[in-house]
Amino acid sequence: MENDIVLKTEDLTKHYGGVQALEGANFELKKGEHVAIMGDNGAGKSTFVRQITGVEQRTRGTVWLYGENVAFGGPLDAREAGIETVFQTLALADDLDVPDNLFLGREKTRLDWLGPFRLLDYKAMRRATIEGLEKTAVKIPNIRNTIRNMSGGQRQCVAIARTATFHSRLTIMDEPTAALGVQETAQVENIIRTLKEQGEPLILISHNMRQVFDLVDRIVVFRRGRICANLDIKNGDITGEDVVAYITGAKTQPEYQEAA
Amino acid sequence: MADTSHGTGGLSFDKSKRAWPNEANIFIALICIIGMFEILGQLLPYMNNQSFLFDTKDRFDSVFNEARLKIIILQVAIIGIIALGVTQVIISGGIDLSSGPLVGAAAMIVMSFAQTELVNGNPNPKAVFGDWAFDLPVLIPVVVGLLFGAFIGAINGSLIAFTGIPPFIATLGMFLVCRGIAQWWTRGQPVSFPTESFAWLGSGMMPVIWFLLLAVLFHFILRFTVYGKHTYAIGSNEDAARMSGINVKRHKVLVYMIASMLAAFAAIILSSKNLTAQSGMGQFYELFAIAMAVIGGVSLTGGRGSIIGTVLGAMVFGVIQSGFTYVKLDAFYQLMAMGAIIIGAVVLDQWRQKQAAARA
Ligand SMILES: Nc1ncnc2c1ncn2[C@@H]1O[C@H](COP(=O)(O)OP(=O)(O)OP(=O)(O)O)[C@@H](O)[C@H]1O
Ligand SMILES: [Mg+2]
Repeated sequence: MENDIVLKTEDLTKHYGGVQALEGANFELKKGEHVAIMGDNGAGKSTFVRQITGVEQRTRGTVWLYGENVAFGGPLDAREAGIETVFQTLALADDLDVPDNLFLGREKTRLDWLGPFRLLDYKAMRRATIEGLEKTAVKIPNIRNTIRNMSGGQRQCVAIARTATFHSRLTIMDEPTAALGVQETAQVENIIRTLKEQGEPLILISHNMRQVFDLVDRIVVFRRGRICANLDIKNGDITGEDVVAYITGAKTQPEYQEAA
Repeated sequence: MADTSHGTGGLSFDKSKRAWPNEANIFIALICIIGMFEILGQLLPYMNNQSFLFDTKDRFDSVFNEARLKIIILQVAIIGIIALGVTQVIISGGIDLSSGPLVGAAAMIVMSFAQTELVNGNPNPKAVFGDWAFDLPVLIPVVVGLLFGAFIGAINGSLIAFTGIPPFIATLGMFLVCRGIAQWWTRGQPVSFPTESFAWLGSGMMPVIWFLLLAVLFHFILRFTVYGKHTYAIGSNEDAARMSGINVKRHKVLVYMIASMLAAFAAIILSSKNLTAQSGMGQFYELFAIAMAVIGGVSLTGGRGSIIGTVLGAMVFGVIQSGFTYVKLDAFYQLMAMGAIIIGAVVLDQWRQKQAAARA
């Protein structure tokens, strides 16, 4: 397998009991490429993400990361393999503060021989948090506030800062700007542009047509659990209306006929 | 990057912006309750102007009524040790109803390994095992007790983590199992006459010392270790904890094991203090321990609470219990009033959460 392919899935499938949430997804992401996944509510976008990131175990199919066949047992494995994800549910612990959440599951610690009772290095985590937030220009009034006391947008900022603070080999964002105001959306888009400049690959799930056309190289459309279109938008001959047609089912690319 | 109104300058660690700690409220409540009993003592006609808190007898030259204070902390110390474990279970989003019967079962088992051969020159009339089990070093009954606790906790935790049985049901089952073990162990006979070194563990104010030592230890563990952070994280949002890569199942097993080991340790101290073990020991302890935690601000929905809160909750619990006796409230009224207070604490917690949700 060629090495310039970051992520490849073949026949990736997930059934929940009788619900075919994801069916035979063949997907490819090249080095440095930014791809958007679009599709109506319930089309299977988040399900696709959960299969790649080890949150759930797939029903069928194969996933390669940088040419390596991977089957993550859990989210920690995916993270250790270099996949950073902003989940649609954000996956934040409400009663913990910002540094706690940024480092949840990979705390900076001392006296590691103490096993589960190893000590937290609060100072180092706080410092890294402030640096990380400054780098991403995410605004949070006081990082010692618990997530519970934050607005929806601030929560989303924390989740995004979490992925952006750590170096990653693949970043996935599931509707990262859904609850954000105009300024905050612009900031997240800037974070995404920075990733592009640094050559870091990204999968962006979004319902925002303008944003997608501004940011990414390619759009993959999901419909009822299947991929129905793979659209290169760099040369400008694809319009928003075309994408809508694929999303709603008015059009299907010939190579994806079985999805119709 | 543009620096807007609260821009990067706002990314601070600002101590002054920390919220008023809930523990302070509980401390104030504690003072108020003590004051209330003091006033009741002055007002109630049959009390003859006794004081709840202060020493009123001329024979002694202390300010406080030390005897009463000692009784209060001694009374709460042993259940308080259980409450330290229950606190962790509740913070992790669970509940443990098995701790009271576990105290009974563990006390019976522990005491069987702590017996002395000769009582006033006569053979021990309550001997459980043969000669080999007499006058063992004190470490043996302690280790046996802790292992038993760890075993019960591991079963609780595994049932909850791996089979998805709700904690309420799993530990309710264990409640009955442990009561059964306690009665089966000697077919209901009490086990008595421990060695001197074992009797020392719970003698005098030793239960209070153990309680405070363990409280400091677990305060530290919950605040400053990965174990503590993950316990809060799981209670806050289990899915988020899992997605963040925490091994939630393994962690739950560990939490229940620690809680049951603390209950077993309470059994060691209690049987040592009483110099005997009976199968019915620890009745209502699981509920009183939960009450201490809840009064201390540990939220039954998980994610919030602290050891300091629970220690204060234990003090409130002890003061109320002692105060009821002080104003000569009959025992059955005391139970009813305790029940009402526990319900009140949960209602208050839910009301606080609604307030918090409304603010967010
Ligand atoms: N745990 C689950 N159990 C059963 N069905 C599920 C589960 N998770 C998702 N589904 C179903 O799978 C389908 C795909 O859901 P998914 O969350 O992937 O949609 P989505 O494309 O992310 O939608 P949205 O734009 O609303 O986020 C839906 O029909 C959903 O109801
Ligand atoms: Mg989704």
